[in-house]
Formats: sequence, structure tokens, C-alpha cells
Amino acid sequence: MPSQIEGSLAVARTVARCRPQVVCAYPITPQTHIVEALSRMVAAGELAPCEFVNVESEFAAMSVAIGASATGARVYTATASQGLLYMAEALFNASGLGLPIVMTVANRAIGAPINIWNDHSDAMALRDCGWVQLYATDNQEAADMHVQAFRLAQECSLPVMVCMDGFVLTHAVEPLEVAEQQDVDAYLPPFVARQALDPSAPATIGAMVGPEAFTEVRYLAHAKQMDALDAIPGLAAEFERRFDRASGGLLGGYRCEDARTVIVALGSVFGTLQDVVDERRADGRTVGVLAIKSFRPFPLAELRAALADAGQVIVLERAFAVGVGGIVSADVHAALAGLRVPIHTVVAGLGGRAVTRRSLHAMLDQAHAGSLPELHFLDLNTQLVERELARMREGTSPGPHAENILRELGIVAAGPV
Amino acid sequence: MVFEVRIHGRGGQGVVTAAELLSLAAFEEGLRAQAFPSFGSERMGAPVTAFCRISDLPIRLREPIAEPDAVVVQDPTLLHHVDVFGGLREQGFVLVNSKRTLAQLGLSELYDRHLPPRLRSTPASEIARERLGRPIANAALLGGLSALTAVVRLSSLVRAIEQRLPASVVEGNVLAARETYERVRSTLGEGHGALDGEATHA
Amino acid sequence: MTHFYQTGTFAVGNRLLDEDAASVQADPARANSITKGHRACQGCGEALGARYALDAALRASGGQLIAANATGCLEVFSTPFPESSWRLPWIHSLFANAPAVATGIAAALRAQGRTDIRVVGQGGDGGTVDIGLACLSGMFERGDDVLYICYDNEAYMNTGVQRSAATPPAARTATTEPLGTHPGNAFGQGKNLPLIAMAHELPYVATATVAELRDLERKVERAMQLHGARYLHVLVPCPLGWGSATADTINIARLAKESGLFPVFEAEDGRVVRVSPIRRQVPVEDYLRRQKRYAHLFAGAGRPDVIAQLQASADRNIARFGLLADGGEEPAERDIGLLDVLATSERGAQ
Repeated sequence: MPSQIEGSLAVARTVARCRPQVVCAYPITPQTHIVEALSRMVAAGELAPCEFVNVESEFAAMSVAIGASATGARVYTATASQGLLYMAEALFNASGLGLPIVMTVANRAIGAPINIWNDHSDAMALRDCGWVQLYATDNQEAADMHVQAFRLAQECSLPVMVCMDGFVLTHAVEPLEVAEQQDVDAYLPPFVARQALDPSAPATIGAMVGPEAFTEVRYLAHAKQMDALDAIPGLAAEFERRFDRASGGLLGGYRCEDARTVIVALGSVFGTLQDVVDERRADGRTVGVLAIKSFRPFPLAELRAALADAGQVIVLERAFAVGVGGIVSADVHAALAGLRVPIHTVVAGLGGRAVTRRSLHAMLDQAHAGSLPELHFLDLNTQLVERELARMREGTSPGPHAENILRELGIVAAGPV
Repeated sequence: MVFEVRIHGRGGQGVVTAAELLSLAAFEEGLRAQAFPSFGSERMGAPVTAFCRISDLPIRLREPIAEPDAVVVQDPTLLHHVDVFGGLREQGFVLVNSKRTLAQLGLSELYDRHLPPRLRSTPASEIARERLGRPIANAALLGGLSALTAVVRLSSLVRAIEQRLPASVVEGNVLAARETYERVRSTLGEGHGALDGEATHA
Repeated sequence: MTHFYQTGTFAVGNRLLDEDAASVQADPARANSITKGHRACQGCGEALGARYALDAALRASGGQLIAANATGCLEVFSTPFPESSWRLPWIHSLFANAPAVATGIAAALRAQGRTDIRVVGQGGDGGTVDIGLACLSGMFERGDDVLYICYDNEAYMNTGVQRSAATPPAARTATTEPLGTHPGNAFGQGKNLPLIAMAHELPYVATATVAELRDLERKVERAMQLHGARYLHVLVPCPLGWGSATADTINIARLAKESGLFPVFEAEDGRVVRVSPIRRQVPVEDYLRRQKRYAHLFAGAGRPDVIAQLQASADRNIARFGLLADGGEEPAERDIGLLDVLATSERGAQ
């Protein structure tokens, strides 16, 4: 029975049913509702035994998680944006130590300039930290992915981050199912650590490894993620059998089978894209959309199989690599290497700019007309940008671009100080 | 069927809660509803917009409501400062929280572009102050919206209020919603918002 | 309790004490938290201090102890892969997070209902006073059940002797060279971690040195009787970084205390409650001359002005902690609030 609740609350309740023993988190928009809900559940005794630790920074949050997980406890935390970056060192440490921590990332842009709205630059900035990275296409999947994440984490001895679009998903109220406790218990057995801090069997964890062994240790981390690639589809299938709804897995396609044009995307824009695909198809155009749900490990073979027959591929990204271009599309290129499928990168939705059906249709019109550039920024205000570039070329030191642009848009009072 | 509502107000006026209540009311009637906010920094008094998309089919779309079927303005000081009516459909509904008429509020031009029977103002804050003791007009306005558009039934709205709001304010909000509902309903004669007495989502 | 205080030798005289007053080290069945084979330098004060402290903690906890260690000398020399010197469950995560990792361990144990197992967090001065301070303060203010031990060798030694906020004034390090008029490390800087810990009103804060190992053990035992966040700050000379003779480590630690430069005290809930009195006060020069990191104060015409400032510092410590009074050998009772200690602050006099 679904409840009409906020995405954050569905995640919090689902996480609670996964029986975390330690929850440690630092507040950052837009993840706060999740940890506030968990804090209330712990305080009210609804989630027990569980220690809720109010930490002094995100770096501390992940560090507390490391200590707790190394002691054999099931651990959960959540963050976004600047917070994810602030714990960067600890993220690498957690994955290097093989700790099965699960974390929600409420995707949000990275500053400067400071921006609290949704895009994927935070998780993308840490795509190689050794964590499994899953991207939820809607709130139901976001909640359900956490159950699968805890299971994946403890089976593969890897930390897992579940990415859900900040505000767009976290703050949306809609009909959502929260997995039942007995079903979660049946799906997710208690966590038994492979190696734990325990006086009855003392172990040294976190030793220095020199050149003679480091390569092997790092190779094994890669091998573990490849194991996860095998495990993820099985866990998703088992989830569907037990909970009677599909969620997770490596990829999620919608009307891709005979599609000439396939849009590849991550996260909640998948929903909007499904509407766009239906509208295109009603017009006789064969368009499909393919969601990447497991970004790390990256499903190279599965993606290749799914896109091999496409006429063209558009990778719609909510982040980009400054000085290079697409991030996801680089991996898509690798997956389709050798195949003659044209791939376009469209950067959209940065810093919370809405990705609308109208803009997506315009993009597809360009694609069908063959005039979509290889790298395209959707809805870029080119006049604004050109004026700023002209200012730079003039040689007068233009100051921070953000201030100039805001002044142009009339958001900031015009005129020199 | 899709019906999209956009609610404008300021931080602290319960705009986000209003969208949520509306979505809860729709849920009560077996409809799908998606309520979500659009805001800047969390701060009292800053303009806040909240959206509620209602449909009889699962909602997959995730974009702000650019062409609303109904616009609710909780705080009239936003008028002429924020483009609250931007994109309003020709047959769209308007409900402004004010004891003044739309003309007095300087909104006569709305009558040129939209259907006059679908445009209303109502003194929801005053009603709320009387019923609640505070001028928090969000639930009251939803009562008015229900009367104007029939997108949800008043009884569903009441159930939503009972479920979602703290027990101490439920009674006052229900009374305010009912009163505003009656008040708006009484202004609707022939050619009222929900044409021919049918609910808009029949 | 009888003390055997012998100058010029390094004997502790345990075998003549009653068993219950003897050091943990005298027990042939002792736990041995960090065993031989580690790669510490000859004469390393930290290896000595850590062994005594953790063995005492192991005895106090009945062997039920987990340690979280910051990056630094102790971590590096004790765990050269694939070997480890540690005989207790031990984790090294990062440089800045040992206190937070310890918090996490304690939280997990509480959730698991295993509160009989105790937690120690430890690190050098760099990882504690500088980069680890945010996590340390967080652990303090939450009152997490962790005993944190800082082994203070007064600089970033593992990376080649660079200045930390625990480096004393006038000390030469690779980043505070005494060139031109610079005295070495500047005066008027630095953090006094024991006082910062006191400001968090912890149930127990204490300083100790490796010259009085039985005192160190006693303080660890005292701390282990308590719960909540506790802090121990141990002075551990580093022959390499301090430029001292490897055989002189314990003596130099004693001189640090006897000169007044390193006050040895205990505090509870923000008040100094006991001090280890100076037995025979020595001028700071006796301490400084034994270390090459202060050689520039004596070369050529020397820097008598700087030495005088250091002496004034030592005298101030003696005054504000009451390090000389009594003249007895027992730890002497005191009752000095943190604000009173700060009233005679270093900076005020600069």
C-alpha cells in the first residue's frame, strides 16, 4: 500500500528497515530531511538498536562510518555536493578498506559559484573513489535501491552510494511504497564482517602497502567492482521476485528496442524523457531512452548490446568535465568503441536548471535534422555568454563571471560599486 | 487527465505544505499527485513557489509547471513583482488571497486573456485569522480552490488536513477551508469554474 | 608509595615495589600491545610511551580494547606491510580522523551491546593538534566514550621535521629555520591542547612524559576507570627531530618537566586537580643544550634574549600550575580553574 509521502521520508523509512546500527550524518541541503527522519526514529525508539551520531562535518561523518563499519556494524550516512567533496579522502579510505557502508547522495551542484540545486557534478567528481555508484530514476527506485545497496555492499565488501536527484526527488511528495520489514529481513541477512576489530581475534587494519604489493591490492579493488557488475542484476531480480516491483539493475530501457535515436541518461530526467519518447513516437519517430542505473561499475558490455543497433545516441548529462566535455559519454564511447554509432553529448540541467520537454523536443529536432553538435549545452544563453567572453577579450579584468552574468540578468543591482 | 496547480507565496506561509495537502487530497481520491517545491535559500519572507501535478495516470514528468491549469497566489505582495501568472492556460483558474477584487489589485488584464468565471480573489487570510487565530491561509485557500476548480473534493481536502497537520491546528484549518470553500462557491453562479457541475477530472 | 629517584641512570626500580604498585611492564604475563620488530628509531620516545600507555589500558580493560591510530610515526613504524607490531585490534584510517574513527568504533560497540570493550584513539601532535582538531573537538563535545592519547614530539616528524602547532617557540624545524633574526619557531603562536581539552570540560585531562612511566600508567588507569571523552597528552622526545642523543630520551623528558617548560598535571571538568611537582628545578638551558634543535641559541654569541624568554615561559608555568610548592614527591593536590590558568597567559606577556 503506497503512502503519499516525500521521497526523503520514503528513503529514511526504507533505510530504517534495513536495520542500520550506526547512523552518522552532517546536515547539508538537500539531504537534511532524510537524516532528520532517521534521527526522529532513533530518538523515538522505532529504530533500535541504533546509535545516531551528530557529527561535526562530512569528513567526520564518513570517518565515524569507517570506525563503526570496521567494528562490524551496519552503517548509513547521507550527504550531497560540498559535503561529498569534504569527505573525499575518507571515501577512498572506505573503499580501500572494503567497508560495506551505504550512503545516499542527494545530487547537488558543486561551487564555486555556490548552488544548492540539482545536478550530478558531486557524484561525478568522485566517480573513481572506488564506491559503487547507483542512480535512481525515481523516488520508488531511490528507496528500493537502498535495500539492494546494503545487500550488495556486504556481499561484495564494497561501499555503495545511492544517488538521487536533490530537490527534484528528495523534496517531491508522491505515492511511494516503503518495503515491509519482514520482506527486508528476508532479503537482507544480518551483516557479518569478513574482518572486524574484535579483541577476541585482533587484526591490524589499514597498514601501509609499498610498491611491491600496491598494484595487486588495487587490482583486487577493480576485480571486486567487476564482481558487483555480476551481482547487481541478480540482486535486482531477487528484489523484484520478493517485493513484486522492478527496480535497480544495471540499465533501464524504455522503448529502445527498435529506436533509431536512443537517449542515454542518469537519474530523474528519465521520467521526463519517457513522456518525450511517447510524444515522439506518436509522431512516428522511433526514439527510446536508456537509463544507466549502475554508473560504477560501468556496464560496458550491457550498454554495447543495448545500443549496437541504434542509429544515433544522445548522452544527456547533468555534469561535464571542464576542459574536455562529457563524463558519461566518455564511458559510452568506450562501450561503443569500434561500432559506427554517432554519439552526441548534451549537457543539461546544471545547477538545477529545469530540463523541459520543450527543450528536449528541440534537441531531438536538431538531432533528426543532423544539426546537433557533438557537444551541446542545452538551453545555453549564448548571447549572455558571448557578451561575457567579449568582456574577457577586451582585457579589462572582468571579475568573477557569476557577478557579471547576474548583473546582466538583472538579479544583482547593476552598475559599479 | 492532467491538472497542474502552481502556488505562489513567501517562506513561512506554508506554500510547500499547501502543495502537499493538495497532493494528499488527490491521493485520497485514488488519483496520482506529485507535489514539489521550488525555492531559494530557506528564509522567511523569500518568494516560494510550489507545484502540484495531478493525474489519473502515473506521473513520470519531472519539470516545474510552466503552463498551470490553476494559479494560487497566497501572498498578494508578490503581484507585480513575481510573474505569478506566467504560462497560465487560457482556460486556467486563478485564486488570489485578498479581500480586494482582482480589478482593485490591478489584475484586470487577466479578464482579457482568461475566462472571468474562473478568476477569483478571496479573503483567506482574514478567514484563517478568525478560524485559526493566525493568518496562515494555505489550507483555507485550498478550500477555495476546491470550490473553484473541483479538482479535489472538499472532503478529501479535510482528510488531508487531518492527516498532515499537527493535531492542535487541524480543527481551525478545517473550518477555514470549509468557510473559504463556501465563500468561493457562493460567488460561482452560472458558468462557474467546473462547468455544468461536473468535476474537472470526471 | 616509595619512589626510587636516581640521577644519571635510567632505572625505574620496579622490582623492589609491591606487586600492586609495580609497573604493568614488570608482569611477565603482560599483554604487550605493541611488540618487538617495529621500525621505530633508536631512542624513540613515542614507541616507549605508546607501549606503556596501551599496556596499561589493556590491563585496565581486561584485554578488551580497540585502538584507532592517526597517520604518523607510530602508525608507519608499527605496520610495515605485511607485518604488524600490534597485538590488539587496531585500525589506521586517515591523518585527520582518528578521533572520529574512535567515535565510530564506540558507537558500533554500543549498538552491539558490547560496552565492555573500550576504545582508545591515538596520534601524534600533528594529527591531534592541527589537522585532527576538528574531529577531536567533536568527539570531546559529544562526550564519546573514547580515551584519546596524543604523543607529542612537537613537530611533524614522520615527514621530515616540520613545524606543527605543538612546536615550542625557538625550536628549529625544517619550516622554522633560525635565519636572520628569526629565533626558530616564532613566539606567540601555538595551541595548548591540554588547556583546549580542559575547555571542553572533560571528565579527565592529563599530561605526562616518558620520564615518569609509572605516572603515565597510573594516569591511563585513572582515565580507564572513567567513561566519556578523556584526553592524555604525553611528551615523547624524538632524538632525530630534536637532535638529541638516542640514549638521552628519558632524561630529556625529565628535564622538560623539571625546568617547568612542560607542566605535568591532571584536570577534571575544567579544573586542574593534581600536579606532578618539580623535584629539583633546573634552568631551561639544561634542557635546551641537549638538543640540536636549540643549538642556534648557543652558537657564537648565542641568543640570551630568547633563552630568557623561554625561562620566563617556564617560570610562568611554575607559577600558574603551582609546580614548585609542597616540595613533596606525591602528586600534589591543586584546584585551579582553566580561566585562572589562562589569566597568566603566554601571549599576554609577549
